[in-house]
Amino acid sequence: MKVLVPVKRVVDYNVKVRVKSDGTGVDIANVKMSMNPFDEIAVEEAVRLKEKGVVTEVIAVSCGVTQCQETLRTALAIGADRAILVETDVELQPLAVAKLLKALVDKEQPGLVILGKQAIDGDNNQTGQMLAALADLPQATFASKVEVAGDKVSVSREVDGGLETLSLSTPAVITTDLRLNEPRYVTLPNIMKAKKKQLDTFKPEDLGVDVAPRLKTLKVAEPAKRGAGVKVADVAALVDKLKNEAKVI
Amino acid sequence: MTSLVIAEHDNASIKPATLNTVTAAAACGGDVHVLVAGEGAAAAAAAASKIAGVSKVIHADGASLKDGLAENVAAQVLAIAGNYSHILFPSTAAGKNIAPRVAAKLDVAQISDITKVDAPDTFERPIYAGNAIATVQSSDAVKVITVRTTGFDAAAATGGSAAVETAAAVADSGKSAFVGREVTKSERPELTAAKIIVSGGRALGSAEKFTEVMSPLADKLGAAIGASRAAVDAGYAPNDLQVGQTGKIVAPQLYIACGISGAIQHLAGMKDSKVIVAINKDPEAPIFSVADYGLEADLFTAVPELVKAL
Repeated sequence: MKVLVPVKRVVDYNVKVRVKSDGTGVDIANVKMSMNPFDEIAVEEAVRLKEKGVVTEVIAVSCGVTQCQETLRTALAIGADRAILVETDVELQPLAVAKLLKALVDKEQPGLVILGKQAIDGDNNQTGQMLAALADLPQATFASKVEVAGDKVSVSREVDGGLETLSLSTPAVITTDLRLNEPRYVTLPNIMKAKKKQLDTFKPEDLGVDVAPRLKTLKVAEPAKRGAGVKVADVAALVDKLKNEAKVI
Repeated sequence: MTSLVIAEHDNASIKPATLNTVTAAAACGGDVHVLVAGEGAAAAAAAASKIAGVSKVIHADGASLKDGLAENVAAQVLAIAGNYSHILFPSTAAGKNIAPRVAAKLDVAQISDITKVDAPDTFERPIYAGNAIATVQSSDAVKVITVRTTGFDAAAATGGSAAVETAAAVADSGKSAFVGREVTKSERPELTAAKIIVSGGRALGSAEKFTEVMSPLADKLGAAIGASRAAVDAGYAPNDLQVGQTGKIVAPQLYIACGISGAIQHLAGMKDSKVIVAINKDPEAPIFSVADYGLEADLFTAVPELVKAL
């Protein structure tokens, strides 16, 4: 069984982004970029399934600008076998990405597609579910445990109030939550090997997908600032403030 | 122009997140209808009909809808989606699971986690872990939306008298099956609905200490307990208590952060709280920059003292 793992190049999660003063977006020029943390977990899971012998090939996919190649090389260094870049300068929204991935699912016929549950830039949490809908596949989102048995995959999901377990027929779409696994560090020899692995490039037109954005961003603003707080000397002062000033207890 | 709200319920009652979503739907203009999809959910449908501002409840009942499987619930929504201009889900685990599936089938973009309705086609939503607020406009015929519940007041749960209409339940997709559920038992208020939240971080050091220190404070205040990702990852607290960008988004009256440094991912989940208190022994901890009241102290002495003083 093949596994397709979509990965996204995003602003590194440690960077505190700044809103541009003209309100057109956030300033990402000269900011450190990395693989979306949830996607690292997805690649790791796919590679672990391969190491267990249930998966034969792991294909990493990224959609976006030329520099997404770096993200794909990281996925190859973690253990993906080959990579596909769908290259475009157009701003890609989840629906467009889901359509591109659907075209690749048709082409590659993977048994599983494992995505991150959300990207930390747009915070949308949509692409996996949209892909499942377009490809008419079952979905298991926010996965914290994945077990493949024959043509079924059992997935534990993190839901409000606890965990639930689903059984899906493959092919299926899974999105990863934080606690699915701990991604491995890539080693230097693996980074060197990753440079030699196959990386194919397509354009959205090659896949017959219209990627025009559907949502227009009118403006991006700073969130409302909180007023400066005070430090209190001890617990008694704190209780007094909460009772008499803030009146919340 | 009519909006459809997909109710979150447990077949017997309506979950509070639905009430905030109804308010957001009303802000989009026009009538508000509510879909209650479940099995044996007549009581939930009856409760939905009493929500102020709801003009019609559609009740779909069938075995395929019992466990809220995304494939079946999305199909149910699509079966009745024809006449709606807006389809809104609460931004809960269930809503986030299903809404994009509905949007993709309708070939429209989905708008996640809205915090404000500026116009029927224009919405505000946080991006980059809440570090920026984007105003987005949709040109799609149908707006499929998830609503950040802390961004909208709850509609009154009583006072309405909507008609309840029955819709035929969709057939099971046959592609997925529900196996089981492990619910975290708690007698405390639900995290996202609590008025007061006490939240613990990695500084607590162990699961035993977490319970030992945090529980008396929560009991004293009638508060829900939350946790930072660090505390959850270390196994001190179950993961459905995680507050933050990728956990729960909360906005209580009072949020007490104990031993939490305040990473941006955590702040994204709680910075809209009315009053924030930070108890931390590191004076440089970023949590102090958002706290209304900061106490620089060791939480192992300060929290028990606080319990005693209350």
